[in-house]
Amino acid sequence: MSTDVHQSPVILTGGAMAVPRSPGGRGMGQRDSTLLRFGGPIAVFAVFIGIWYLFAYVILAPQRRFLVPPPHKVISVAYLNWNNLHALLDGLLLSTRVSLTGLGIAIVIGMTMAVVMSQARWVEAATYPYAVALQTVPILALVPLIGFWFGFNFRSRVIVCVIIALFPIIANTLFGLKSVDKGHHDLFSLHGASRWTRLRKLQFPAALPSIVTGLRISAGLSVIGAIVGDFFFRQGEAGLGVLIYNYNSRIQSEQMYGAMILAMLLGLAMFWIFGFVGNRIIGSWHESAR
Amino acid sequence: MSPALSFDRVAMTFPDGTEALQEVSFGVSAGEFTTVVGPSGCGKSTLLRIASGLTTASAGVVSVDRNQLGYVFQDATLLPWRTVQDNVELLAELHGLASGDRQRLANEAIDLVGLRGFEKHYPKSLSGGMRMRASLARSLTLKPAVFLFDEPFGAVDEITRERLNDELLRLFVHEGFAGLFITHSIYEAVFLSTRVLVMSARPGHIVGDFPVPFPYPRQPELRFAPEFAELTGAVSAALRGAHA
Repeated sequence: MSTDVHQSPVILTGGAMAVPRSPGGRGMGQRDSTLLRFGGPIAVFAVFIGIWYLFAYVILAPQRRFLVPPPHKVISVAYLNWNNLHALLDGLLLSTRVSLTGLGIAIVIGMTMAVVMSQARWVEAATYPYAVALQTVPILALVPLIGFWFGFNFRSRVIVCVIIALFPIIANTLFGLKSVDKGHHDLFSLHGASRWTRLRKLQFPAALPSIVTGLRISAGLSVIGAIVGDFFFRQGEAGLGVLIYNYNSRIQSEQMYGAMILAMLLGLAMFWIFGFVGNRIIGSWHESAR
Repeated sequence: MSPALSFDRVAMTFPDGTEALQEVSFGVSAGEFTTVVGPSGCGKSTLLRIASGLTTASAGVVSVDRNQLGYVFQDATLLPWRTVQDNVELLAELHGLASGDRQRLANEAIDLVGLRGFEKHYPKSLSGGMRMRASLARSLTLKPAVFLFDEPFGAVDEITRERLNDELLRLFVHEGFAGLFITHSIYEAVFLSTRVLVMSARPGHIVGDFPVPFPYPRQPELRFAPEFAELTGAVSAALRGAHA
């Protein structure tokens, strides 16, 4: 509460008070902020496309142009040819299903683990190192093993995805649960709050901003997980990873770039959707929310 | 009348060996407002934590009914994800009161502190003074017989502080609780209290005891009366002695 001592209530007659102007509308016009929001990314995109063309037509010799086919060829071959597009969309659908399922499972497992760790120091001490180890284990070495153990199917792809997406959820949720203000804990102690009440009414809501951050990171990672698993399994239903591998080995560069772009868009969409949902949840009260 | 809150030779030594309090004894009855002034780090806040049960004294006896206790912290400690209304209802909620009762108690308290119209606001859009009012309102919902204040207005500006002091006095006259207030502002101490205790530097013990004779309700102008200046001067002298 000491942050805004200069915004003490303006006292009018009769004790009415003026509300200090809330942060957010920092005097920036609507037009300026729209320009900032869309103008910047569009400009960067234009530069990116320019560099892409530069590589395709100027830097690479014609016989090596297959390494970086120009954007319009990617669009015409990968997206405007119905057969090619169909294969890509099927792959996209499978990868989306894998990453959403994996992310969902990672959220449930990760948050449960974080809650359990937050309740007793010894549980945290005993299990946190393994959560870290899970993140640092060379996933590329694990992927084939997972395939052998669980089969080269949907389930294995989801397992890879969970392993990759799990840690940020555990770490951020745990950090959030533990970073509750000491004064708030005192308040709850004074009024005899049970562990469960404290978790539900204090720790969990206090952790929401961190949880949202973790979700956003894991949402992007879950797409990487789906593609990495797929890429190395090369069997079963073909997701974007299998497609990327196949197109790569057959030097179908346009389609490979098409698949890469779809994978990237999927990651962006996941990141954006979870960011949006997160902001909706904490937007009304948290300082970071726009 | 036996005091609503009493300390009997209370002492506190922390596990690291720091001696915070030494043989502190006094009582606060209903309708009394006692303020403890002292230098920073003299153990004033520890005294309140002991009174509330948040910290256990290493010696001595505290008697108080902890179900009847209100505690206003240095920070407003509002939950940022709750609106003013929901924050004010929190304690009643923790004590398992029904929703209707919670709302009624919160409405009364919100009116008492003058926050009507701000019920739906989140803490982030309130000023420091308004947050403190919301915090006061939250404690008022349980109608405590004993009210502990831990430098509640230390972080607000002078004008807001005086205004909140006036309002706190109005609440005190209205509710008639036993008040124990911690501050390092001598003016605030004398203006609010029926009794001012001066605490020494660590290890804290009481080195001055000043009854404040001014009747309630007290008007803001009291701060400029000669008797007021005389008393604050005396407390100030005792406090300087305590520093030495």
